[in-house]
Amino acid sequence: MTQPPNPDAYATARETTQGRIYTLTGGDWDSLLAETDPLSAERLVVNMGPQHPSTHGVLRLVLELQGETVTQARSVIGYLHTGIEKNAEYRTWTQGVTFVTRMDYLSPVFNETGYCLAVEKLLGISAPERAQTIRVLLMELNRISSHLVWLATAGMELGALSMMIYGFRERELILDIFELITGLRMNMAYVRPGGVVADLPPQAHAKISEFLRVMPGHIKSYEDLLSGNPVWRARTQGIGFLDLTGCMALGITGPVLRSAGLGWDLRKTEPYCGYENYTFDVPTQTTGDVWGRYLVRLAEMRESLTIVEQALDNLRPGPVMVTDKKIAWPAQLALGADGLGNSLEHIRTIMGQSMESLIHHFKLVTEGFRVPEGQVYVPIESPRGELGMHLVSSGGTRPYRLHVREPSFVNLQAFPAMVEGAPIADVIAAGASLDPVMGGVDR
Amino acid sequence: MNAPPTPDIAAGSEVAPASKAQHAERVSTGMFGVSGTGDTSGFGGLVRRFVPVKSSPRPFGGYFDELVDALTTALAEVGAVADAIMRVVVDRCELTLHIRPDVLLTVAGQLRDSPALRFELCSSVSGVDYFDPDAPQEIAPQRLHAVYHLMSMTYRRRLRLEVAVDAQHPRVPSVTSVYPTADWQEREAYDMFGIVFDGHPALTRILMPDDWDGHPQRKDYPLGGVPVEYKGAQIPPPDNRRAYR
Repeated sequence: MTQPPNPDAYATARETTQGRIYTLTGGDWDSLLAETDPLSAERLVVNMGPQHPSTHGVLRLVLELQGETVTQARSVIGYLHTGIEKNAEYRTWTQGVTFVTRMDYLSPVFNETGYCLAVEKLLGISAPERAQTIRVLLMELNRISSHLVWLATAGMELGALSMMIYGFRERELILDIFELITGLRMNMAYVRPGGVVADLPPQAHAKISEFLRVMPGHIKSYEDLLSGNPVWRARTQGIGFLDLTGCMALGITGPVLRSAGLGWDLRKTEPYCGYENYTFDVPTQTTGDVWGRYLVRLAEMRESLTIVEQALDNLRPGPVMVTDKKIAWPAQLALGADGLGNSLEHIRTIMGQSMESLIHHFKLVTEGFRVPEGQVYVPIESPRGELGMHLVSSGGTRPYRLHVREPSFVNLQAFPAMVEGAPIADVIAAGASLDPVMGGVDR
Repeated sequence: MNAPPTPDIAAGSEVAPASKAQHAERVSTGMFGVSGTGDTSGFGGLVRRFVPVKSSPRPFGGYFDELVDALTTALAEVGAVADAIMRVVVDRCELTLHIRPDVLLTVAGQLRDSPALRFELCSSVSGVDYFDPDAPQEIAPQRLHAVYHLMSMTYRRRLRLEVAVDAQHPRVPSVTSVYPTADWQEREAYDMFGIVFDGHPALTRILMPDDWDGHPQRKDYPLGGVPVEYKGAQIPPPDNRRAYR
């Protein structure tokens, strides 16, 4: 029997009753090594990842090394591609929230808010003031928790293991607040088109106030731990340099851009959700290195605390969802012992008393609402930069196209520019300073 | 690739069935926009139809008039064709310029460099597939759109550029020479929609595996069904399931 033509040089194939079976071999590395004499040539190609603790998820880095120096670096992505954009085309506008919240899993509130602002812009509505304030409140808490994870993981990767413990410890405080308000710690789908699903529970104010009381001390302790530490300074100062020109060309936004000296923050330049009513600073540095990004993120956490404080003060009683009954669900969800769910009172009404309400509820939940034709692009400032939602509607009950301009995705392009020519040890620091979240990169 | 100036997609009703035009003009009535029999069981399948695009009349409002004038002047100075900007659409306070694909690079260069425009940042590049399953293949209009969102940090202005190509010749010049940030985003648009960006330094797949067949976010990409083991039944792909229109 003749062998079928082999389509793949690295995998031998044989025909079986179950179809063609490929056997992968390590032939590529053998042939690669045969070409270079390891004794005379120092050029070495190293594959870092896709599973590596320092790559912030399943990111694969291909590094070409000359001794200890990186001469070429390429990042390979796509290992966490989940097709969220395509999936959203087969769900209602409201269900889309539960998909986008899972993209950048460290900043779910931003994904939800960006998406909902885009849907609201298509609908030509805006959420009530209280809902906007709650969104700001949660977004800024989320910004702190996201920066805490950055500080924790970046610290761990550079050897500051205590920072990792502290960062995740304080993040728990924020996740507890999220759990109290939304019923879930992450991926909460709390922000919905037209507002938020439920009002703040009565205990929320006290819990957030307690957090605001303790958090400044914690941030100071991080600063005390790291800023004066000679090892931390040596590992961050002058590392992963990217100047403003490079940032602009590569489309870098967020803390990385601000560490290069441009105070560009969409909360200031194109305010949304009422950010124009808050007093806060946009921290910048001019060093353009990992150290600058560390200082910017630390300062941003402090600014976020002041915004949370102002948001708490700004909270006025009122509705948290638009009054249009063709968009808002007839009852707000209620927070039970097992998380956010149907309001039992509402269920009693529609099952026992009002058939019309039941029909309306059923139609709205299963069919959803229609959104007029058109397209919008709504950018918001996520912890990693400009999070843009390009949303196209064809007038139906589902998005026609959802494209997410993910800051992690765009910022990761700067990785080769930061590390080529640097020692391999700086690859970790530089990559971490971009704060890529692979769930967002691959979507 | 020198496509003649395409007719307005909305005015493309001479090629589209008459029912299309009626759809586009349909006014939703009743509580949930029910039309026809009012059957809400949803056995109609998904209906995909074109978003009618119409040029907006002047004045566009806001900074849009000034921006379009500045761009027209800048394009005239470099001798670009007069109909480089095919359509100007203002919708929901956003400005969209529909550009002829062959002059995209000139337009992008002028938008970035002209002192009156200064669009320094290319925020986003995405593809959209305005696929109409009813239109015969040979007269299928230019269904693949590459959409660029630009930001002028100097003037704090935003602008959307849109170029349309057909699926048989999906070639658009790459803007990576003007905006290097478009590199990965164009790769994504190629990966997902099969739009070929001429002049891109390395146009390869980015999210899907290298040996993947097809372009998954096209509207005619087969979605497949998941076989279930119950009397040979099979779950239909999402685009064939019953759905509300």
